[in-house]
Amino acid sequence: MLKISDLKVTVDGKAILNGLDLDVGPGEVHAIMGPNGSGKSTLANVIAGRDGYEVTSGSVAFMGNDLLSMAPENRAREGVFLAFQYPVEIPGVANIALLKEGLNAARRHRGEPELDALDFLKLVREKLRLVEMKEEFLYRSVNEGFSGGEKKRNEIFQMAVLEPRLAVLDETDSGLDIDALKIVAGGVNALRSEERSVILVTHYQRLLDYIVPDRVHVLAGGRIVRSGDKQLARDLEERGYGWIDSSAGAATA
Amino acid sequence: MSAMEGHAAPYVEAQQGQAGELPAAGIAALDRSRAKALEALGERGLPSQRDEDWKYTSIKPITRSRFSPAAPGTDCPEDFVAAAAIENLDAWQLVFADGFYLPPRSKTNGLPEGVRVAGLADALTQNPQPIADRLGSAMGEIPHGFAAMNSAFVGDGALVEIAPGVQLEKPIELLFVSGCSGEGFLSLPRNLVILGEGSQASVIERHLSFSQERSLSNSLTEIILEKAAALDFCCVQDQAERTFHVGGLFARLAQSAKLKATTVTVGRAWVRNDARVNLDAERALVSLDGAYLAFGRSHVDNHTHISHNAPECTSRECYKGVLGDRGHAVFHGRIVVQPGAQQTDSEQSNQNLLLSANAEIDTKPQLEIYADDVKCAHGATVGQLDEAALFYLVSRGVDRETARRMLTQAFAAEVLEGVEPPALQTYLASRVSGQLSSAAAQVSAP
Ligand SMILES: Nc1ncnc2c1ncn2[C@@H]1O[C@H](COP(=O)(O)OP(=O)(O)O)[C@@H](O)[C@H]1O
Ligand SMILES: [Mg+2]
Repeated sequence: MLKISDLKVTVDGKAILNGLDLDVGPGEVHAIMGPNGSGKSTLANVIAGRDGYEVTSGSVAFMGNDLLSMAPENRAREGVFLAFQYPVEIPGVANIALLKEGLNAARRHRGEPELDALDFLKLVREKLRLVEMKEEFLYRSVNEGFSGGEKKRNEIFQMAVLEPRLAVLDETDSGLDIDALKIVAGGVNALRSEERSVILVTHYQRLLDYIVPDRVHVLAGGRIVRSGDKQLARDLEERGYGWIDSSAGAATA
Repeated sequence: MSAMEGHAAPYVEAQQGQAGELPAAGIAALDRSRAKALEALGERGLPSQRDEDWKYTSIKPITRSRFSPAAPGTDCPEDFVAAAAIENLDAWQLVFADGFYLPPRSKTNGLPEGVRVAGLADALTQNPQPIADRLGSAMGEIPHGFAAMNSAFVGDGALVEIAPGVQLEKPIELLFVSGCSGEGFLSLPRNLVILGEGSQASVIERHLSFSQERSLSNSLTEIILEKAAALDFCCVQDQAERTFHVGGLFARLAQSAKLKATTVTVGRAWVRNDARVNLDAERALVSLDGAYLAFGRSHVDNHTHISHNAPECTSRECYKGVLGDRGHAVFHGRIVVQPGAQQTDSEQSNQNLLLSANAEIDTKPQLEIYADDVKCAHGATVGQLDEAALFYLVSRGVDRETARRMLTQAFAAEVLEGVEPPALQTYLASRVSGQLSSAAAQVSAP
């Protein structure tokens, strides 16, 4: 699904990712953990195609294609979805208008007919139920005046409508109470399938109780310094990142 | 003869040549006011950039060649009027060709009792005195040469008079089509809208170009709102590139009267608007808004002036502009709180979105406060599209151009959302989006 090799990224000349390797197979859920500032959001943004990140070496293949040469809208249409760590408020653009535009763009891209208004409404209503959001959220401006939790849920709602092949969730669990966390986890689990993959960027083991990952990676100093199964997340929860950092130093020496 | 007077001279002469044939000529009050306006036009001439209020607007494109005042009798073809109709808008409609009322193209049947809607020239011919008494009263002092020109020629236009207590359930649309007479004509419509005590109405003033030919539309609307009257007014300026439009909106509000006036400038014309609102008595309320697009080489200048002349009045002003290509826009908003106008509540904002490095905005909000117990806020912003918002839309699969258009439209939407009825709002939104897409199609994305 996604194969990242020796990815090096700088921002304003500052090296953030320093040779990152990651291989996510179809149907797999990978968790990426790591201290603040270790480059998790940078990785997520580079996958989504945001400006301002310079890839100085390495490659990212998505479904066997060179992801980095694709325009961000085409990445989305091919099935890459980023749930933002900080979803932006867009006054004047209704949630439903964005979803309709985005979904139909993807359908055109795949050579499928656009959904008519009725089918579209049916689809979004069904997905709203999945994340337990009220219908009024459809007609409100994207994220405008939403609480922190509502914004995160809206990200999952959009993901559910767009049905991506690869979803990258950047700290979608941060700031959520336990009920909201369960809803978000439910949304992600509903999407899980043989041909869909998920990358969960998170600080906490808590989310992984609800979305059980196949692999857990620790990102530090701009690279994956340790990988393991879900037990690794538990160890991190107990012991913090200190022990990882030192062993990473030894590994790169 | 100075250059200024020189520019005015052909219009002074033209007026002198036809003064005797203007509607209700010979009625002393009208003769006097026309002569006074003519004198002002001759003495002050047409405005130049030396005038502080015209600093950023050159009238050279207008004075490059002279325009001849259009004569009555020109038609605007039925199919043009039909094609221009606003979808789903149920309204009474008065149609004007180069400023002259066209009864056969208009729809005024079924107007309720207490509502008078007529061509101004007809009304002047029938019973001039009451109209002569009110003409010019909302404007007060003549602000510039174009208003003087309009007043010197005052003849046809629309008269809308609503009797006290009458609530109009449908809007009245005044449709002005300029350029019907051909190349190089000048139209000078003068409109008078009077709402009696406690009455309520909605008026749409829409300006279109008949063709791509050069025309000058010098239009002036006076609005008089008696006690507790409420008017919803929307001026739509949607003209072609070679149309020059000078628009005047002069309103006086009595106690507890309410005016909501929105001016929407789309199209490609050269436009100068002067809006002046006098809040003359307690608790009057005005909401003066505008949305303007300046693309191609178009020029849009909005000068507004709200005067709080009495205590406890409220004014809300929000003008938003989107500029691209080599578009040039000017906003100058004056709010004056006169001595004694205590408990004034006033907010003003002008926000501009610059989509091209070659576009230009000159904005100047101006507060003058001569009372101490007031609440006033104003501000102006000039910015670009928010990159984070753009990326958010693009990351959902929306192409960059569409994303830009969605955000641009969202920016203008704040002003359009207040427009009633919904059919008009839908129409304006589609005109704005149509123009944004055609502008986008003409420039390659950066
Ligand atoms: N747009 C940017 N401009 C400058 N520095 C940035 C930018 N984005 C991220 N950084 C820097 O890159 C490093 C990694 O940031 P980020 O990827 O957000 O980390 P994480 O998500 O793991 O907390 C940090 O030191 C941060 O300050
Ligand atoms: Mg982050």
